[in-house]
Amino acid sequence: MREITLSQAVNEALAEEMRRDETVFIIGEDVAEAGTPFKVLSGLVEEFGTQRVVDTPIAEPGFMGLAVGAAMTGTRPVVDLMFGDFIYLIMDQLCNQAAKTHYMSGGKLSVPLVLRTNLGATRRSAAQHSQSLHALVAHIPGLKVALPSSAYEAKGLMKTAIRDDNPVVIFEDKLMYNDKAPVPEEEFLIPFGEANVKREGTDITLIGTSSMVQVCEKAAEILAAEGISAEVIDPRTIVPLDEATLLASARKTSRVIVVDEGHQSYGVTGEIASRINEKAFYHLDAPVLRMGAMDVPVPFSPALEDITVPTPEGVAAQARKLVAREMIHAA
Amino acid sequence: MAQTKHNTEDYLRMYRQMVRIRTFEDNANQLYLSAKMPGLTHMYSGEEAVAVGICEALTTSDKITSTHRGHGHCVAKGAAFREMFCELLGKEEGYCRGKGGSMHIADQSNGNLGANAIVGGSMGIATGSAFTAKMLGTKDVTVCFFGDGATAQGLWYEVMNMAALWKLPVIYACENNGYSEYTKTEEIAAGSITARAEAFGIEAHQVDGQDVLAVNNLTRDLVARARKGEGPFFLELMTYRYHGHHVGDINREYYRSKSEEQDWKDNRDPIIRFRAWLVDQGIASEAEIEAMNGEIKADAKSAVEYALNAKYPDVSEVDMHVYVGVDHALA
Repeated sequence: MREITLSQAVNEALAEEMRRDETVFIIGEDVAEAGTPFKVLSGLVEEFGTQRVVDTPIAEPGFMGLAVGAAMTGTRPVVDLMFGDFIYLIMDQLCNQAAKTHYMSGGKLSVPLVLRTNLGATRRSAAQHSQSLHALVAHIPGLKVALPSSAYEAKGLMKTAIRDDNPVVIFEDKLMYNDKAPVPEEEFLIPFGEANVKREGTDITLIGTSSMVQVCEKAAEILAAEGISAEVIDPRTIVPLDEATLLASARKTSRVIVVDEGHQSYGVTGEIASRINEKAFYHLDAPVLRMGAMDVPVPFSPALEDITVPTPEGVAAQARKLVAREMIHAA
Repeated sequence: MAQTKHNTEDYLRMYRQMVRIRTFEDNANQLYLSAKMPGLTHMYSGEEAVAVGICEALTTSDKITSTHRGHGHCVAKGAAFREMFCELLGKEEGYCRGKGGSMHIADQSNGNLGANAIVGGSMGIATGSAFTAKMLGTKDVTVCFFGDGATAQGLWYEVMNMAALWKLPVIYACENNGYSEYTKTEEIAAGSITARAEAFGIEAHQVDGQDVLAVNNLTRDLVARARKGEGPFFLELMTYRYHGHHVGDINREYYRSKSEEQDWKDNRDPIIRFRAWLVDQGIASEAEIEAMNGEIKADAKSAVEYALNAKYPDVSEVDMHVYVGVDHALA
């Protein structure tokens, strides 16, 4: 199968959906000729024109609000938010308006929009361009949240998101835009709420999101060399969450680590760990561990930044302790 | 009153709609005072000529966005008493099945995209609705209602900028009732409000919001021009709210005198003024007007009765309408 970058995968998904449905349009800062700072959208304005690939002023609440109204009245906007960190700027439009309109109107109005943005540290961009804030929006009923872990997921989830009649937020890992993965030439979609078992194992389950899937896969390699069989699962969407697949794996292996690049406290790792504790408690041989980003603003210095995010070695080290029963009464 | 070339039916409908709003509000206030209505509500009484003058210049498929003080806009855009009172009382037959209440009434069948409980929160939505009209080539015009208090919100300047850049068919209608909640507008608004729109190259008008014909004549002209792509426009409508910020804001002499309120009611009431004009012009007799008033009162009374006796939604509805396509989000 051919391999393309995550960036190309997103570009293809958008182009295919824009050809299929003329109500789909892209709106955001520097999305047209510039194709975004990450060049993900290069070429789209040439095909679809400036009426459908719309450059905006630097006014995130404004274009987000505009997209909500456009979505309510018959179009399908794909809002481009240049950095995930800017999500704080659009919280009212996303969480008070987009997320609640369908409910508050008793099902009469809907907001079929996609907000595509990014997450991920270690790009040496410091605290306001490096955050992974998907837990913030996953907390809000009415929003769906997708976290592609490779080019394949990036394409399939984007196409599903555009066809969804609800507001969907997709966080791409900005460090993965140039990473290649096999992506079929023929059309495909990835349904929301279906986790992907990336690697089967029997001793421990590693649940990873976004680029942490790769971290978990590398950790599984390290562990395999030591005779520990790790299962790796990618939920792909955290809202909706495929709880059944996660619970089945937890029951099978009896040990679970949840790895996510959001801050560890009050985050995705805690939510998933809690659901496993509540629903698979008697199958567990150890506490479910959370491994999120360190609870500090992301520092600039490489010497500091690199130690704030989970690494394969770190995940493997924790897994080893769990399997060796060293953490039955974890402090 | 401003002179115009309407026919008798138009005049009588405008009068009727203004009285319907006043009557609706009088009943809503009574429901609050008699503790039959859950929560609070914000009375539109005194501002009727604004909503009616504007909405009578719109077609059914033209859109409006409304505010926390939104009953007037909702009635003026064509809503029915029964569904409105049901919504205020949280009943299943309300416009939003009781999920929105007073501050979130939406009636998309008449082009009302909804009231909004965030001050200025619908400015993006209105602009996006106008974006849809331009993108899809419909001829719909969108009117964005907001109060003078909302002119302090940054979102307005962001979306006005985009609306002006892209010549969107939107009319920003600022109902300046002199008070930003419990504070005089002069204490929260520096400089001129119309000049703020003019700074974006937007044609701005200030109009007597107590003169329904003046409002209607101006709006008809602007709507026709907006349909031809000459928008956006800005209107500052000088008006007055008879009640406090909300129905519970009863002892308010610390920010507004009773004599000031009485002066507006006695000398500038939009309904009294228009009624006198109708009689003076021989369009309707006092007897015909009294008959119309009585009929509207009876309509409201029966709608209130109906709503008081109507069913609450079944508790199973609590997790319905969270997501399009998901019957029960928590199932």
